[in-house]
This record gives sequence, structure tokens and C-alpha cells, in this order.
Amino acid sequence: MSRRRQIDEAVDLGRRRLLIGGLTAGGGFLLGFPAMHWAGDSPEDANGGQIGFFVEIRPDNQVVIGVAQPEIGQGVRTSMPMLVAEELDVEWSSVSIRQMPLGIVKTADGFAWKYGGQGAGGSTSVTDNWTYLREVGATARQMLVQAAANQWKTSPDQCRTEPGWVICDSRGQRASYASLAAAAAALPVPDGKPDLKEASSFRIIGQAAKVMDARAIVTGRAQYGIDTDRPGMRYAVIQRCPFLDGTVVSFDDSEARKVPGVLDVFTIDGPKPGEPYVILASGIAIVATSTWAAMQGREALQIEWDRGPHAQENTPAFWRQAETLLAGTGQVVRTDGDFDASAGTAEQVVTARYRVPFVNHAPMEPQNCFAHVREDGADIIAPTQMPAGASRAVAAVTGLPRENIRVEMTMAGGGFGRRLTNDYVAEAAMISKRIGAPVKLQWSREDDVRHDFYRPSGLHEMKAALDDDGRITAWTQRLASAGKYYRRPNVKPEEQYAPELYVDDFPAGIVENLRVEWFEVQSGVPRGSWRAPAHTANAFVVQSFLDEIAHATGRDPLQMRLEMYGENRDLPYGQHGGPVFNPWRLSRLLKHVAARIDYDRRRPEGRGVGLASHFTFGGYAAHAVEVSVGSRGELNVERIVAAVDCGAVVNPLGVDAQLQGGTIDGLSTALNLEITVRDGQIEQSNFHNYRLLGLKDVPVDFETHILPWGDKPAGMGEIGLPSLAPALTNAIFRASGVRIRALPIGKQLQEAIRA
Amino acid sequence: MIRFTVNRRPVSFDGPDDTPLLWVLRDHLKLTGAKYGCGIGRCGACTVHVGGEATTACTLRVGALDGAEVLTIEGLAGPQGDLHPVQQAWLDEDVPQCGYCQPGQIMAAVDLLSRKPVPSDADIERHMSNLCRCGTYVRIRKAIHRAAGLLAGSPS
Ligand code: FES
Ligand code: FES
Repeated sequence: MSRRRQIDEAVDLGRRRLLIGGLTAGGGFLLGFPAMHWAGDSPEDANGGQIGFFVEIRPDNQVVIGVAQPEIGQGVRTSMPMLVAEELDVEWSSVSIRQMPLGIVKTADGFAWKYGGQGAGGSTSVTDNWTYLREVGATARQMLVQAAANQWKTSPDQCRTEPGWVICDSRGQRASYASLAAAAAALPVPDGKPDLKEASSFRIIGQAAKVMDARAIVTGRAQYGIDTDRPGMRYAVIQRCPFLDGTVVSFDDSEARKVPGVLDVFTIDGPKPGEPYVILASGIAIVATSTWAAMQGREALQIEWDRGPHAQENTPAFWRQAETLLAGTGQVVRTDGDFDASAGTAEQVVTARYRVPFVNHAPMEPQNCFAHVREDGADIIAPTQMPAGASRAVAAVTGLPRENIRVEMTMAGGGFGRRLTNDYVAEAAMISKRIGAPVKLQWSREDDVRHDFYRPSGLHEMKAALDDDGRITAWTQRLASAGKYYRRPNVKPEEQYAPELYVDDFPAGIVENLRVEWFEVQSGVPRGSWRAPAHTANAFVVQSFLDEIAHATGRDPLQMRLEMYGENRDLPYGQHGGPVFNPWRLSRLLKHVAARIDYDRRRPEGRGVGLASHFTFGGYAAHAVEVSVGSRGELNVERIVAAVDCGAVVNPLGVDAQLQGGTIDGLSTALNLEITVRDGQIEQSNFHNYRLLGLKDVPVDFETHILPWGDKPAGMGEIGLPSLAPALTNAIFRASGVRIRALPIGKQLQEAIRA
Repeated sequence: MIRFTVNRRPVSFDGPDDTPLLWVLRDHLKLTGAKYGCGIGRCGACTVHVGGEATTACTLRVGALDGAEVLTIEGLAGPQGDLHPVQQAWLDEDVPQCGYCQPGQIMAAVDLLSRKPVPSDADIERHMSNLCRCGTYVRIRKAIHRAAGLLAGSPS
């Protein structure tokens, strides 16, 4: 996954080795990491800046836990400290948090993480930190117990803890953590791994914890990137070239400079066509004394654009190109058995093509970044999913050494993969460097819709061969797409397919003759990771096609899936979310949602239920959707049942929120969302023509279920989404007989019924 | 010079009349609770009350506000920081994900409840047009029903 790629230059020094204890200026006990050569320590650092902030027990028994991951609405500022607090054994109500800045340290071998990996991508926070953060908490607890035992002249095994207290029953002693802080801080950090609790004695993990920041959010005090305000700060916007890879020929800023508050206007050079993106586009920056002045200055600019190399690009031509490619032979990326031989002798062959469009991330908070670039270093404050990438981007455009670039993450108004890329951070740094002053760059919604790393678009051709029992003997998926590794550095041409087709996905290992083939469509549209990346496309295609096969063979779609998913066993899974995939866990969820929605009940004419299920990044989900379709093709989503198995559950309220949000994201995207290109420009520009779903379109009848599994959690940020779209289109087929093979659904139903 | 009140305090602005209220609040008055989401009145992230009614601050020129009373999310809680019942309901139902749209959602919900103290689901659907990219709509709906209950029970 993207996250792995982006941190690979950082060297993991072995986290345990770096834990050290210390005393804060306020007399608290602090367990953290040595600061080494890092220049950007936060003021909380104890021991003269030798420890990076991590867990602090304050003299009033309040506990402050650092959060290293960026919060984008996925709930890490709640779930990560739960892991620490559980093993530390404190009252959850006594816990507050502190967002840590980017922590990287320069070592002889390159850069190392100071607090452990920091990033939000690939649903990895909870899996990556599950053991590590509990060990941090357990180590701190162990030191507090040791301090108490020393004080009472007994051994640690005579002591136990209750939240916030160490207790020795045999001596009738108890001491608050706070009272032990100084003594604990003086102890060496114990060697070896601490014992961790059995899941059965968890008091915090598995309990519903409300959003840590909720009070700040509902009172308007929560600080997002857009809220950043620093002394002397200027405001900037950029008019980016609307043509893909176009450039500035000339511009007239005489009117723009007359706008009160406008301070400066200059060009920003984008990447050359085909080169990696540091920023997305060439354009003109306007610097002003307020956001509105900058925006007004932009309106007054006269710019002549060079339309660039993609001025002829149009969405219909994109689809024709994909169709032409599918007529040929592509890159075979997985082959099991012999598809051709099996298909040649088959009783029946079913085939279908599906289209998945480009889509925009559209986080609610448009991109923005504060940058203050000085001779000797830079301060960056940004809503970002990948702060180390921000540091790299700033180093690239300023030439500053990374150890002198301080990156702070604010809360982010959504991410969805958009903020994995730090182009807007690079832009802000370019502007600040040029004007020699602190600046906040603000994107408008139009900027955000027109300039994005869009979810890849592609045309999928599916073919299945069936024997006379209707059993699938051969299966092929052929995808012609514009992939997300486009222009990414250090990716070989033969690896471009990898983020588009996850070759171990279902039905690999189940259908014996399998072939997966990829074709690259040429396009100038920038592409990137969009929540659950290619799973959104592949779940739609595969789960729709299963229903098409069931229909063609007169079988029940649920029964067919249950048979194919088979018994409870692990299949090898080599892509992100592996190393194993147990399709039976999908069956478990499917049966659950089918029962809840009363799948077997006959519905009246115009009503139908659809099911789908998918495995994404270590987690499993299923959806059942009931729709009605009116005589003129009016679609009504009547009911949604969603179920998830994300392994062990850290925060059921958070899991439920992600399942609801993912499901609604799936619905919104399937119903209406599409980015199209006309003459080299993105056609959509704001929410009037990129129509996110509103509350009125979400059925009242909406339920979510969590079916826990085992003792390890899987991340929740992405699995809630992929299976919704095919469950919806399968329901539409059952209600109306119309098979939706192109997303978004848009007006297709009305058109099909009219025809 | 335009004079009006924000959260019961007098304020003034002497920049261009056509500056949207949103940017006056955010950049000049440093009240950042109202958020920018679209600038065209479509998303509701910037919702505030003017004269007691919900409106999108991004489409409202400050020049039209002379003498007006503006209430933002920062002014919704009581002077002692006691939450408005709608804010409390938002906490009780654990509504926010990223939270960015929520100040606007809450201001819209307060307006709804002032017109319809016991709103039906259909009332909520008609009135709540604010967008939430994170998809918190299921909990928003519940929180509005809960807030209606809290308001019915609260003396005022
Ligand atoms: S920012 Fe005002 S409605 Fe979107
Ligand atoms: S909570 Fe993120 S946009 Fe609504």
C-alpha cells in the first residue's frame, strides 16, 4: 500500500529500544522516545528536550497520551489512546490527548521514525499499533508498579493496579499513579516485552468510546488546517491551469493588483508532462491580506493558457480507447490452470463489461496549508494524511534539509486518500519561500474538484465458463484502466497494474482456471488513492458479475456465493491486508445481512433485494440493500443492512461510524458521482455538478452490525464501502430487471425503462 | 463601516461591502467555527444564524448586515459553557467523524427545531440539506430527534 511505499526510506530502529522514562517540568511521569538530533521537539519534551512526548501522568492523576497518527475522521485520536490506556490501567475519563508533530530523526542510515510510523493510509493504524501501543502502556504501568514496590519494600508481584492506582493488598497500601510519578521516572525502562492483558480482562478496548474531540467539534473550537492563524501570516490562492498539463503563456495582473489587499502575483511552475507530481499544475499565485482579497484578485486575472498535450482528451474517447485495448492482448498478471481450454469445453459462457468512472475525493475541508519557509528551516501546519511526505515535498521545493522542516498535523476535514499526496503543501512552501513570509494557501472547492488525484477509471471485461451443473470452471477479468501509479517515481511499467487488480482477490484459489489481464489506458488525468482504492471498482464488478451468472444459470445469488466461499479456512493473500483471506467469513456476514433483511421473502413487483460482500485490507463486509423502482424508473433505496467483521473490535462506536460512513460513501458514489473530461479540462467544478449524497437520500431504515472475530483488529476506514454499490445494483436488477453495468447509476434506470 | 453583532457582541468591518460574511468571521473576527466548504451555498458548512434564521455565510455579503444579529456556533453554548441541547444531543449520539461539517449541521438543526419542535423524519429530510462527506447522516437524524426531546424537557 501507499503508506508502506512512502515510509520505506525511514529506518525503523526498533521501537522498544527507544523507550525511556523521565520527569516533566510539572512533576509528571513521562515515557517516550529520545529526541536524538531532531530539532522540532514540542514544548512538552522533558529532560531538556531529550524525550519526545508520549505518555504523561500528571500530578493531578490526569493522563495525557500522544497521538502520532493524523486524524482525518477515522477516529485514531480516540482509538489509539484506548490501546495505551488499557494496559496502563487508567480511567478512560482521565485521558486527554496531544497530537504529535511529525517525528523523524536523522541517523547514519537515513531517517528514522521518532514515535513510530505516522500516516493514515491503507487502514493500518489499528493493526500496526495494536501490539506496540499496548506495550507502551504496559511498560509505563510496570514502572509505576516497580516504583510502588520499592516504596513499600515489597516485590512487584505483590502489587496490582486498579485504574490510576497501585495497590498492595497484603500490606494494605495504595498509591496513586501521580504520587509515584517521580519515583517511576527515575527507574530504568525494563528490558524485555511486558506481559499484556488477556482480552477477557479488557476494560477499555471493546467498550464504546465517544469521539475524543466531540466537544471541541460541536462548539466550533476544533482546529483544522483552514483555521490556522499565525502572526504576520499572508493569504494565498492559486489559479491553476484548467487544462491537464497545460501551462501559462502570459498573464495580465494589472486589475488583480488593484484589488484592495492584493500584495503579489506570480507564476508557479508545475511538473512537465509525464514527470512525477510534486505539485499538480502550473498556475498563478495571488498573495493578499485576506482569503477574500486573494480570491477577488484571482477573479481579476487575465491569463492566456497553453492547452498542453491533452487538449484533445475527452471521456467518450477514453472509453473507445479502452474498448480497442480489450480487443487485443494485455499483460497477464495472474494465470491459474488453463482458462482457454476450460472455456472452450464449457457448457455455457457468461460475459459482461462494466465501467467505473474517475471520481473526486471531495473532502469537506478543501486543501490548505500554512507554510513559513525561512533561510534555516520551515514550519508547516497542514491537514495531511502523510506528514513525512509533506516534509519530503517541502525539502524538494525549498532545498532545505528535512531535519529542519517541522511538520504539524491539524485535524483534517476528511481525507479519503486525497491528503496522502502533499502537493498543496509543496505549493504553500513555494509561495512562502518566494515572498519570504508566512502564508496560508487556501484551495477553493472549484480548485479541489478540478485538481485532484482522481480514483482511476476503467473498463472491465468479465467472462465465466460454467459446467452443466452451473459451477464456474473458468473465470477471467480483463481490465483496461488508467492506473493510479501513473507518474509515480520508481514504478516499473510491468508493476503499473498492481494497484488496479489485486490478483489474490476472490475468486483466486477457488476457481481453478483463472486469468487476470491488464491494459493501460492513456490519459492525462492525475490519479491516486481513493478510499479502498481498487476494491471499490473490483467489488462492484465481481459482485455484480456473480449475480449475472446466478441469473444466467437460474441459481440463487446468495446460495451461489455461500457455495463458492466454501468452508472456514485461510487462503493465501499476498496483497495489502494479507497474508490470508478466509472467504467463509464473508459467508458468515452474508447470512447475517440476508436474515436481517428477510432475503427469502417475496417482494411485490418493483421491489428487490440485493446482496454483496467483499474483503478489503484484512476486514470483511457485506451489504443487503432493498430498493423500489417506480414505473418511470424512479429509484428509492428503502433499506440498508451492513455488517462488518474487522476482527477484534477496539471501539464499537468508531467501527459503527466507519461502517455507516463507508456505506453512505458507497451509496453517494454509486448513485451520482463521476468526473469527466472535455477537451482536456475536468468538467465538474463544485457541489452543484458533483453531487454528494444528502441526508434525505439515506434511508431511515439503516442498520449496522459488527460481528467480531479472533483477537486481532483490522482497520475500519475502508471496508465499509466496496460492497455497497454491487448490493445496490443487484437490488435494482431484482426490482426492475435492469442491470447497471456502468457507474454512476445516474439516470440510467429512467432511460432503460423509457427505451 | 458596517456595524452588526456577532454572538451578542458589537463588531464592525470596514473592508469591501461584497466580502462574504464567512470570510469576515473567519479572517477578520477570527471566529473559525463556521467552515468554508463550497462558497456557493450548497454544502452548509458555513451555516450561521442571522436574525435567528439559518443562512449560509458564504453567500451573504457583509454589506447587507448593517444592524443585524449574527449567531455562530461559538455563541450557541451558554455563557458558562453549558451546551445547547442540540450540541448535547450531538455528543450523546456521537455524531462527528471528521467534524468539519458539524458546526453547520448543528446551526441548521437548531433552526429546524425552532420551527418544528417535534420534527418528523420527513421534516428533517426537507430541512437538513447540509452535506456531510463522512456520512454521519444516520446519527444526525437520531441526534435531532434526541435534541427535540431534550428541548421539550428543558425549561426555557
Ligand atoms: S461554504 Fe457556504 S454553503 Fe458551502
Ligand atoms: S463529519 Fe466529516 S464532513 Fe461531516
